[in-house]
Amino acid sequence: MSKVVFKLEDDISTDVIYPGRFMATVLPTETPQFAFADYTEFNSKLKNKEIPPGSVLIAGNNFGCGSSREQATSTLKGHELTVVAKSFARIFLQNSINLGLKTVICPGIEGEVGDEIEVTHDKVINKTSGKSSDIIPLPSARQAIIDAGGLIAYTRKRLIEKHKK
Amino acid sequence: MAMTVVEKILSKATGQSSVKVNDVVEPVVNVAMSHENGALVINQFLEVYEGTGLKPEVWDPSKIVIIFDHRVPAETSKTATNQKKIRDFVAKQGIKKFHDIRGDEGGICHQILPEYGYVRPGYVVVGTDSHTTSHGALGAFSFGIGATEMASVWALGTVLNVEVPPTIKVEVKGKLPPFVTPKDLVLYLIGKVSAKGANYRVIEYHGETIRNMSTSGRLVICNMAVEAGATSGIVPGDEETIRYLKEEAGVKEDIEIISPDANAVYEQVIEIDVSNLVPQIACPHTVDNVKPVGDVEGVKLQQIVIGSCTNGRLDDLEGAAKILKGHKVARGTRMLIFPASWKIYREALKKGILGDLVDSGAAIINPGCGCCLGVHQGALGDGEVALATTNRNFKGRMGNPKGEVYLCSPEVAAASAITGVITDPRKGGR
Ligand code: SF4
Repeated sequence: MSKVVFKLEDDISTDVIYPGRFMATVLPTETPQFAFADYTEFNSKLKNKEIPPGSVLIAGNNFGCGSSREQATSTLKGHELTVVAKSFARIFLQNSINLGLKTVICPGIEGEVGDEIEVTHDKVINKTSGKSSDIIPLPSARQAIIDAGGLIAYTRKRLIEKHKK
Repeated sequence: MAMTVVEKILSKATGQSSVKVNDVVEPVVNVAMSHENGALVINQFLEVYEGTGLKPEVWDPSKIVIIFDHRVPAETSKTATNQKKIRDFVAKQGIKKFHDIRGDEGGICHQILPEYGYVRPGYVVVGTDSHTTSHGALGAFSFGIGATEMASVWALGTVLNVEVPPTIKVEVKGKLPPFVTPKDLVLYLIGKVSAKGANYRVIEYHGETIRNMSTSGRLVICNMAVEAGATSGIVPGDEETIRYLKEEAGVKEDIEIISPDANAVYEQVIEIDVSNLVPQIACPHTVDNVKPVGDVEGVKLQQIVIGSCTNGRLDDLEGAAKILKGHKVARGTRMLIFPASWKIYREALKKGILGDLVDSGAAIINPGCGCCLGVHQGALGDGEVALATTNRNFKGRMGNPKGEVYLCSPEVAAASAITGVITDPRKGGR
């Protein structure tokens, strides 16, 4: 069970998740400090470790639209957040799969900050409101990357196979 | 089986006789482009090799292109150090298509790729930049990927797990009226389909308007396809593509054209007649918040920007200079111009365009991404409003979440510079 710690509307861009002015910072170990930097209150909660790992961020459609910057993924992964959105922009979703950020596609998601959420294999259950909504599963090709533990591990495996040939 | 142009490209790139929507494929990559974020790609690339006992060597250095553009010259020591790291890597790996901060070869990545003839019709192009959609203007299947995915491409030479996307056909007819440009067309389209309307899809452009459009204009409409969520925009190659590559990019080899089959299956067909199109403005803070210029006329502006990978080419500067000539940029408004490449800069210099713009009061900035993404130059002050020919107006995009950005064509930007407020160029900037 996890708590909703942040709620966002449709079309949240990577400029909002990780503002461009911090783009000189690239390493996944260094990006978490700038997550939602312009939402100063939420950003300081994250930095002060007041948000437990596994906490849920819920969003509307097209979460992560805009730039391909991977910092927008690593910054959220660094806090081990789970993002439940009605839909995701393509590059952001792929980056999340590649880096192991937990993303859940749930077109019917409803909830408020403070709600208790349970994510099962096919449903998101809002324990506070009692409403449950279906998850759209990731395409199986993407699942292979997740199962391998992310794209780095997956590529490493493929690379070794290639060199064996 | 009848195929769209992207299906044809993907079947060729995977050695299959045909592919269909939702197939998972691993296309061979022809061009892999990165910019300053190459520093992160290098980091992830080296991590792939960790513990394998293999020497980290890129699959094919001749297919990798690296261009410094986002923060040139470096704005902080951190950026400079990243750039240095990339220079070292490029030298070590023998990557020749490297465009450093130099007047004889520099510019924005999405201008350099076409300008140097690196992209050809039928190619699979990937770039660690969302506006990699631009290169569909030359008939390539070109899309943005993340840094880790690029590290994977550098190692394997293929993009893993690509799902063949459905295609939306956009059929455009009519002649663009005076002062109405490809930028207005694409803003209108984005307003119509919304910021997510083409998510996970390809936009294939057709029709007489597109056939009569220069490669420069096609780059604009493919560049901004991503603002409707599209994986890629594409104009199937034609005579204009060959002309551009041979005459402007200096390509010597034969160029093969790949066209979609006449009976290809499209998920949706959108028809647009531009004969009566008016200048369009994307209002804060989403690119799909598009209105005809008349609805926002008079909005007071502190900053006007002409440039970026969308509208920083010679014809853009020329169009703006023509409107501005003999006039001054209004007091209280600053006008910043950053040409998309040094080649464009040199040409604009020779033609006297830059001189005219400077005489009018515009400040010319060195080619590069400049103020487009708000990290380098031209940040907005609290409460300031900008009008820009760039492609994004998200909150904070121009360096300040308390600023506002409107998007437009170079013609609207120039007319508005004279008055200091959003102005319809068809009425003249007075
Ligand atoms: S000009 Fe702007 S949109 Fe284009 S590549 Fe640079 S930052 Fe991206």
